[in-house]
Amino acid sequence: MARTFTGKVWKFDHDINTDLVIPNFAVLMTLEDQLKHCFSANRPGWVDEVQPGDVLLAGRNFGVGSARNIGAVFHGLGIVGVVADSFNGLGLRNCINAGLPPLPCPGILDVFDEGDTAEVDWVAGAVLNVTTGATVTGAPIPKALQDIVEAGGVEAVLRNEGYLAAR
Amino acid sequence: MGMNAIEKILANHSEQETVVPGDVVVVDVDVTVQFDSAREDVLKLANPDKLVLLHDHVVPAPTVQAANNAKRMREFVERFDIKNYFPVGQHGISHVLVAQEGYALPGQILVNADSHTCSSGAMNCLARGMGPSEMLYILCKGRTWYNVGPTTKVVLEGKLPERVFPRDVIHFIPGQYGDFAGQNLEWHGDGLAGIGMDGRLTMATISAELSVEFSLFPYDDVLAEFLEGRAKWPFEPVHPDADANYEQTITVDMSMLEPQVVLPGKVAWNSKNVGDVAGQKVDQAFIGSCANGRLSDFAIAAEIVKGRQLAKGVRMIVTPGSQAILKDAIKLGYVETLMDAGAVVTNSTCGACFGGHMGLLADGEVCITASTRNFQGRMGSPKADVFMGSPATVAASAIAGVITDPRDV
Ligand code: SF4
Repeated sequence: MARTFTGKVWKFDHDINTDLVIPNFAVLMTLEDQLKHCFSANRPGWVDEVQPGDVLLAGRNFGVGSARNIGAVFHGLGIVGVVADSFNGLGLRNCINAGLPPLPCPGILDVFDEGDTAEVDWVAGAVLNVTTGATVTGAPIPKALQDIVEAGGVEAVLRNEGYLAAR
Repeated sequence: MGMNAIEKILANHSEQETVVPGDVVVVDVDVTVQFDSAREDVLKLANPDKLVLLHDHVVPAPTVQAANNAKRMREFVERFDIKNYFPVGQHGISHVLVAQEGYALPGQILVNADSHTCSSGAMNCLARGMGPSEMLYILCKGRTWYNVGPTTKVVLEGKLPERVFPRDVIHFIPGQYGDFAGQNLEWHGDGLAGIGMDGRLTMATISAELSVEFSLFPYDDVLAEFLEGRAKWPFEPVHPDADANYEQTITVDMSMLEPQVVLPGKVAWNSKNVGDVAGQKVDQAFIGSCANGRLSDFAIAAEIVKGRQLAKGVRMIVTPGSQAILKDAIKLGYVETLMDAGAVVTNSTCGACFGGHMGLLADGEVCITASTRNFQGRMGSPKADVFMGSPATVAASAIAGVITDPRDV
């Protein structure tokens, strides 16, 4: 996996919770069906606008809430990385385990307007607003966790090691 | 510098001699808990004897899909000959059950793919929520990793006033200090002696709403008594070193607390004294969940509604955290008292807590709940509002039809 991702940004606020990403009525659905309902309460229609290759920006405490696999949903929608002021621990784990690069980066919302293009080196923590030239520096996740992301997430690791039946 | 109790448990389970904030520590897991379904493609398990399987979120199955998931779990139980299994009929909410049945033990590490797993911190057990896919990793390999965060020492002093509860304490803290994303809480202070296990379990459970990594209570006389004859396996409690490492100390004088209500939408920076929201009309009142579906919650609710009737137009739903709690609540007459007042007492399930399969809110409705979350859409319509309070506040509000200070009824 490349250490840099580049894409058009979508901005979200502080305290974006898991129930907004996967609404309760969608919890038992297949991942494919869950994708249709992401952010339907707080931002109806967003799933029709978001494009593969886009980047998610958010404020503090991103992913607060339940264990539901938000990383898999963003990954399924084609989001290439998430940059947030701070992450809830479980939200962070679910991004890592889905192979979706997360970068904690305080102040991220101040240097982007929605629709700007971000170039993010999530391994080193360097963030560039390609549209304006502004930069900001994040606090990358530890190397051991970067390795899980680079392997494509935790299930890929298990399958390679023979713990899961072949698909 | 010594280690606090959280760092010590992590170190005990890893190859590291000491653990400090900033480390990623790889640990052996003692107990693994899984609910409602199981994967068919798992070929081998690391530790089947320390795996606890149960049904809780949607019980009994409300849809064919849920029924198929439950069937997959029963097949998994057969396939790997799992001993610690709770079929429907012996069911309960995972966090309630692992406490009740003595699976969550001091000094140990417990994992479960549910965010309120931090509940077991009440037993001096290091526990936090996991993602569903990494649960697979733990099932297969018996190991996981933790990001070690800084720890806040919370010192509880004094005694809670009449009709102010541990639930109010755990609403007060994020109201004053916001979220603790990436950080831990360790509970200390003389005031703890006055908080029983039900209250500690409520506080540890709601710690998830403070966004903590771990929330750990001490091993003391209250916990020792609770575990007597209940603990399934031997255990070794862990205490912090005298020179332990804490990021900050927060002291709460519980004698000064008022009942606390969390406003809709989020928990950080969102609590008020009940008096500030009193008079807010409610359509539904809910007591239940892994936070407040225990016997003492039934007791206070029954005490408040006894001899009264719900306000016109208000529904009240009370859901026990386990079959065992329901049986006790029936024996002690709480269920009858609640039903006489007009409440619906349900089977044990997560149910209304996550708008899963019953008790959903309509557009524009308002709920006051003692369950765990007030997020938009959490309990049904995204156009409904969810306020959170203690079971006493919920019961008092159900009787009055508006959010009410439980000391006023
Ligand atoms: S009761 Fe609610 S918070 Fe607790 S495990 Fe069930 S759904 Fe989650």
